[in-house]
Amino acid sequence: MGWGSDPEGDVMVSIHRLLAVLLVSLPLLATSPARADDAPDPFIGLASQNFDIVANAISALAVSGHPQAAATIAAIEADNLYVDAAGDGAPLILIKQGDSYIDARTGQKASDINEDDVDSVRVNNAVRRAIEAAKGGLDLFAADADTRQKAAEKVFTSHDPAALPLLARAIAAEKDAGAKRAMQQAQAASLLAGDGGSDAERVAAVAILRLRGDVEAKSLLQSLHDQSKPVAAAIAAATSSLARIEQLWSVLQSVFYGISLGSVLLLAAAGLAITFGVMGVINMAHGEMVMLGAYTTFMVQEVIRTHAPGLFGASLFIAVPLAFLVSGIAGILIERCMIRFLYGRPLETLLASWGLSLILQQGVRSIFGSSNREVGTPEWMSGAVQWGGLVITWNRLTIIVFAVIVIAALMAVMRGTSLGLRMRAVTQNRRMAAAMGIRTPWIDALTFGLGSGVAGMAGVALSQIDNVSPNLGQGYIIDSFMVVVFGGVGNLWGTVVSAMTLGIVNKFLEPFAGAVLGKIVVLIALILFIQRKPRGMFPLKGRAVEQ
Amino acid sequence: MSRVLSSRPSVGRWLRSTALAAAALVSATAMSATAHAEDTIKVGILHSLSGTMAISETTLKDVMLMLIDQQNKKGGLLGKKLEAVVVDPASNWPLFAEKARELITVDHVAAVFGCWTSVSRKSVLPVFEETNNILFYPVQYEGEESSKNVFYTGAAPNQQAIPAVDYLMNEDHVKRWVLAGTDYVYPRTTNKILEAYLKSKGVAAEDIMVNYTPFGQSDWQSIVADIKKFGSAGKKTAVVSTINGDANVPFYKELANQGIKATDIPVVAFSVGEEELAGIDTKPLVGHLAAWNYFESVKSPANTAFIKEWHEFTKKPNRTTNDPMEAAYIGFNMWVKAVEKAGTTDQTKVIDAMIGVAVPNLTGGISTMMPNHHITKPVLIGEVKGDGQFNVVWQTPGTVVANEWSPYLEGSKDLIADWRHPLFCGNFNTVTGKCGGASK
Repeated sequence: MGWGSDPEGDVMVSIHRLLAVLLVSLPLLATSPARADDAPDPFIGLASQNFDIVANAISALAVSGHPQAAATIAAIEADNLYVDAAGDGAPLILIKQGDSYIDARTGQKASDINEDDVDSVRVNNAVRRAIEAAKGGLDLFAADADTRQKAAEKVFTSHDPAALPLLARAIAAEKDAGAKRAMQQAQAASLLAGDGGSDAERVAAVAILRLRGDVEAKSLLQSLHDQSKPVAAAIAAATSSLARIEQLWSVLQSVFYGISLGSVLLLAAAGLAITFGVMGVINMAHGEMVMLGAYTTFMVQEVIRTHAPGLFGASLFIAVPLAFLVSGIAGILIERCMIRFLYGRPLETLLASWGLSLILQQGVRSIFGSSNREVGTPEWMSGAVQWGGLVITWNRLTIIVFAVIVIAALMAVMRGTSLGLRMRAVTQNRRMAAAMGIRTPWIDALTFGLGSGVAGMAGVALSQIDNVSPNLGQGYIIDSFMVVVFGGVGNLWGTVVSAMTLGIVNKFLEPFAGAVLGKIVVLIALILFIQRKPRGMFPLKGRAVEQ
Repeated sequence: MSRVLSSRPSVGRWLRSTALAAAALVSATAMSATAHAEDTIKVGILHSLSGTMAISETTLKDVMLMLIDQQNKKGGLLGKKLEAVVVDPASNWPLFAEKARELITVDHVAAVFGCWTSVSRKSVLPVFEETNNILFYPVQYEGEESSKNVFYTGAAPNQQAIPAVDYLMNEDHVKRWVLAGTDYVYPRTTNKILEAYLKSKGVAAEDIMVNYTPFGQSDWQSIVADIKKFGSAGKKTAVVSTINGDANVPFYKELANQGIKATDIPVVAFSVGEEELAGIDTKPLVGHLAAWNYFESVKSPANTAFIKEWHEFTKKPNRTTNDPMEAAYIGFNMWVKAVEKAGTTDQTKVIDAMIGVAVPNLTGGISTMMPNHHITKPVLIGEVKGDGQFNVVWQTPGTVVANEWSPYLEGSKDLIADWRHPLFCGNFNTVTGKCGGASK
């Protein structure tokens, strides 16, 4: 099966292959597109079992000028291209459209196709690279400046000297500044990768790469050996300056990762900061409230998928209040049916709530199955934005913003509403509050419900970065307690600072110590800290604490 | 290890076993009253049905029930019906040993099919050796073991990891390697073997990056960024992933978000199958690879029939099949054949009869039980497709014999296992000519 023997088989080679054909055929194409008729049938290779032959066929097809070329390549990309080798003569290449097939060569509907004879065109990463290269090389001359710039980026990555003449032509015709700069960078990279150009030209190319200033430029420069003296000197200067820039960016990047991890910790711990921090209930089922929120997101998306696919982008906005309600109501029920009988008995509470967490996990496992549930990421949350040397992924950024909103809302509720006032009154001095006419049992239930509801909202965010499985909550319960205890029990600001500290410290340790050791170091540091300051970073002061 | 386990004084255990014995006595009398006890051959199924491993192991329990059901429809075995005894070790490793003992000494099962993780296998191993019963272990593992009482129907590292690396090296021309794994015995051993193998192929030490993460790692940002940086050094880079279980989903999500596509840096995984992909949107993963000995998408008459029966048995037309299921299927058929060959379920005779037994696998070939208690299997490399299935892009021309002791590791390169008489040893040292004795 498919034993290819491509000598190098990367994007470079695919592009190389394509550009070579392209260079030869472009002038021809311009004058006589009919030439394609005389060329050997570029479609035949697509039927091959050998990936390299398929890849070559795609490159050839891309430049053949065949009217069906674009449609065919698009069909391979979409996994819609099929081969029927049952008949005599050349195998049929078919594009699937719904339940019927279209002959790729003619664009006509194909009849009498026996489903059993039809096989999909074989695709692997090498073929996919050929497809990308085919589109990339052609796109240097696309009508849209954005597409041209992206194509130039692809040529930069492949930095194939064979692309130079094509790039020169593209640069001469280019009007858009951004695309032109990208093309010049690609030209510089391609020039340096080859042996051509005078020393002066090569030094100028190094300068262009130095201006580009990112990791790719640096690694390209580092991979160059055996250069003439002036060029080598320029490269050495450029790489050391690039290394400095990179170091700066990588610190910033670690800070972003840390804040992002911190915001996840904060979200997971925010609910616990209420139930454990304010009420003093050791709630081991806190993680399961998070899990309920995640499953609510799953249910919301299921309903949207079947009934209103257009709303998918807004699914998370719908899920947030629903998750708050579901987990909040679950929290109130738990408080009414279990926790309230156990106030003042922390060990029993711990055991009972741990048992409850097992029951909830197994319950969800029985209803939804033990395997992970698919929660989709809306389009606007996928991908990343590059800002200088900083890569910021949209989903992480969204979660940071969401964490800020949740915390702000929580503080507003605690400080600005009468409910918040009563909550604080009850937790600070229960008997006095009761004497003032506050229905303390009711406030207890609402407080617990609030904490659980916030955990549910965290579940919506976590569904975007973690598995939605019955075990989801387990992974966060220890971290959550860690955050709350480290920050100082009963202090929301403490929780915020503690989550961010733990996140950033973790991310700065990870590159040096590795993820496993990093975690251990953080834990040990935390234990030592708690030894010194048992009440955490920001302990509550006052009479309430002494009780 | 067996001595340590069994000599641990425990009132609870004593009470428990007394209670169990009493229960067994009662049930035995009840059985003999209806004269059923002698009519069935009992088969133990030892898979976690609750706890973290339930996600993977429940499926294997269902497959075993289906296979036993089918065998009974064909008239049973040696004229008797098979009876499945299902226990739930609850993803709790010491409980595996307890439940195994219960199956063997209380239920008197003829053989046990079970375990998933290596620690669960290591935990039951002394029980099987002490009671001389048989365990069929259906999951790919790190090798470095061969027990008289265990038949390994999953892949050893050379039946999965090494061919996958070969494929990337030869077909995708990968020059730089990231070995990323969860921090426990399987990834550590596999990566040690792979590192030695890559170095033997001339890969420089600076072109190998090894990274371990804790179980359930969910924050992959900086590690993926590191991989990206490592991969931008101008040489084609690939990730060999022994990342386990739930940590895979966030890992792949982060890869997709940071814009790393399979055409840039392909990831080949040894623990990601159809079942695991069922919980992910696979479109951003298209082109990433997995190495197994079976894929649901394999076209063969045996596989088509198996999938059809599976859907009918579970009454779920979309339920996926995966590699360990095939291994369970092969193991069960081998056991049936060996029992028929031996004419008895007596474990000593069946263990001897097992070697050389050959049964069809689901990919259209024949798998044979070798003297090292491992089976021959083909190795398939598949690329993830948009629909959560795999597209087989490469396959070994024939089947591969397992190296239970890796030739790439210092401690095991001279060892072989051969459970045929007169050698009859799981760790025979070919240099010193001595048998190392009890399996480790």
